[in-house]
Amino acid sequence: MAQQDEAERKRRHWEKTRNLTIVILILWAIFSFVIPWNAHALNAFSFIGFPLGYYFITQGSLIAFVVMIFVQNWYQDKIDDEFGFGEEE
Amino acid sequence: MAWIQGRLVDNLGKIYGLYTGGFIAFIILMAILEQFGVRADTIGILFVAFTICIYALIGWLSRTMQLDAYYVAGREVPAVYNGMATAADWMSGASFVALAGGVYFGGYVYIAFVVGWTGGYVLVNALMAPYLRKFGCYTVPDFIGTRYGGNFARLCAVIILVVASFTYVTAQINASGTIAARALHIPFAVGVWVGLVAILLCSMLGGMRAVTWTQVAQYIVLIIAYLVPVIWMSNVQGFGIIPHFTFGEAVERIQELEPLVKLGTKPTETFAGLSVLMTPLNASGAAAQSWAFVTLAFCMMAGTASLPHILMRYFTTPSVRAARKSVGWSLFFIFLLYFTAPCLATLTKLQLLDPNLSTSIIGKPFAAVADLSWIKNWSDVGMLKISDSNKDGILQLNEFFMRPDIVVLATPEIAGLPYVISGLVAAGGLAAAMSTADGLLLAIANALSHDLYYKMIDPNADTRHRLIVARGLLIVIGALACVIASLQLTGILGAVAWAFCFAASGLFFPLVLGVWWKRANREGAIAGMICGFLAGSLYLWYVRSGGTPWFGIDHLRFAIIGMPVGLVAQVVVTLMTPEPDRETQQMVDDVRIPTGSTILAQTH
Repeated sequence: MAQQDEAERKRRHWEKTRNLTIVILILWAIFSFVIPWNAHALNAFSFIGFPLGYYFITQGSLIAFVVMIFVQNWYQDKIDDEFGFGEEE
Repeated sequence: MAWIQGRLVDNLGKIYGLYTGGFIAFIILMAILEQFGVRADTIGILFVAFTICIYALIGWLSRTMQLDAYYVAGREVPAVYNGMATAADWMSGASFVALAGGVYFGGYVYIAFVVGWTGGYVLVNALMAPYLRKFGCYTVPDFIGTRYGGNFARLCAVIILVVASFTYVTAQINASGTIAARALHIPFAVGVWVGLVAILLCSMLGGMRAVTWTQVAQYIVLIIAYLVPVIWMSNVQGFGIIPHFTFGEAVERIQELEPLVKLGTKPTETFAGLSVLMTPLNASGAAAQSWAFVTLAFCMMAGTASLPHILMRYFTTPSVRAARKSVGWSLFFIFLLYFTAPCLATLTKLQLLDPNLSTSIIGKPFAAVADLSWIKNWSDVGMLKISDSNKDGILQLNEFFMRPDIVVLATPEIAGLPYVISGLVAAGGLAAAMSTADGLLLAIANALSHDLYYKMIDPNADTRHRLIVARGLLIVIGALACVIASLQLTGILGAVAWAFCFAASGLFFPLVLGVWWKRANREGAIAGMICGFLAGSLYLWYVRSGGTPWFGIDHLRFAIIGMPVGLVAQVVVTLMTPEPDRETQQMVDDVRIPTGSTILAQTH
């Protein structure tokens, strides 16, 4: 029984980890491909003095990448702790 | 040197704080010497010599005869410092010297490098680093060899690693040689070897441990050297205190000026190696350009997540959680530079174009421009040329020729900053090129010594023997790279993009699927590596030998061909052959759990 619980715990931990990864990869694709592809259309708007499309490819997407990694890691730590796989540092 | 013994990791804040303070004091000292009339050349030499001596000292202090210290820095590097070391490992001569120049000349499409070289870390963090750390390997082929089993899979990974990293390292040795040659006033052929000796001093005695601590020191130098000139220039020229947030106005202004200076008029003369600005700052729109952008960004991202010298940095952290955290820090430290590069390119361009600024040259009388000292200095070394093609006595935009690589190096002089800043920039460029070359040489030598020699040729070799072989290989490979670099076969940037494409074509899917697809087996991985790598390489050969690129996929983007071929080959062959044994599947399950012991023993 205990062994089955353990397997179940691992399975659910992996399921959550995988879902988080998929969400992050979708966001990554948006900032890496969808927005740069449409940079021209976005340039019609202006953001703190920059054409918006240009802003995204030189700064906005970069900021999004940094934030995404830190958010993913914060959330992943929560998942690990929830299933008892958190480690001491 | 009592502080290096015992628990070095507890004193890192103090040591690097002191080091940073010392470096700033050195810059101030140089500035004072300049005021007292010390010659610019002397200041350049002092900058380069001083920083190289510091790196060599750190390398010597970190010497070791222990396996896990040599291969993975004892797995005790805190996340933040590993982040800095990775950033230095990552940002090569190309990022430091060539990136802003590329953005200056290349416009929209070129900015794909900025997006690609940062976004790749999202992949590293989501797909690779934490799992490889849990695996507990020494090298990337170590993962492939153990996960898929068998020496042949390991050998394929070693070959791809060597090809990708060697392509990259020649470009870095080329860059460090160029800078050393200019700063120390020695011929390029000698400069290359001086660069190599400096690089080996940092890595040979202490392996990964020495490289880690020198890379942290190199990061500090290179980031100061990149940010200080831009911020200083911005304050001198009145573009704002922190220009990153305010250069939007400069973007708008350049877009107004572009038609006025007749941007896009073809020059009537050409000079080898020099370019005229032809591309608008922010022209996107055509689907072909969008396609060029996303394909380039994709290749650079997949390459980031497959390049062994980057992945192996995450083997040095104490835990899986620290590995993840250090990916975040790596990207943050890299971001500081990449966020600055477009800003630098834009402000430099504005200073040259805008007739309202005292620094402008376009539209000014030809004779007056020819008299400027920075124009003279760079013309003398053949990296810049002005030529009054239409004989109207006015310098037009299409009469101003420049090597793209010099934008960063020349910016302090264009803005009229003191020479000490140029010396600082040279030291920064050297730090960037050296740190990357170090990481790459070590990745190659470790793969050959650990995976080829120890795992495949002589599994009974003792520790002493293994470390001697590792060091011997480091020297041989470094010397070989030097010989190739002194031939100057390719430009710096082309070689870098190729390295990314080689790594992505051959290694990306075998690494990802090794963690994310339990069914992945040896036959599939071998097929994936061979087919992906061969397809990419053959396509590169096809394009370089004059073939018409398919769908605009040129030699910088050949991973777009190699990766899908590799993926299909791996999946098809895997499904045609039996699934991996229970033990392997259990291994994959264990890799996915962050706690517990690593798959491979501490020392192996």
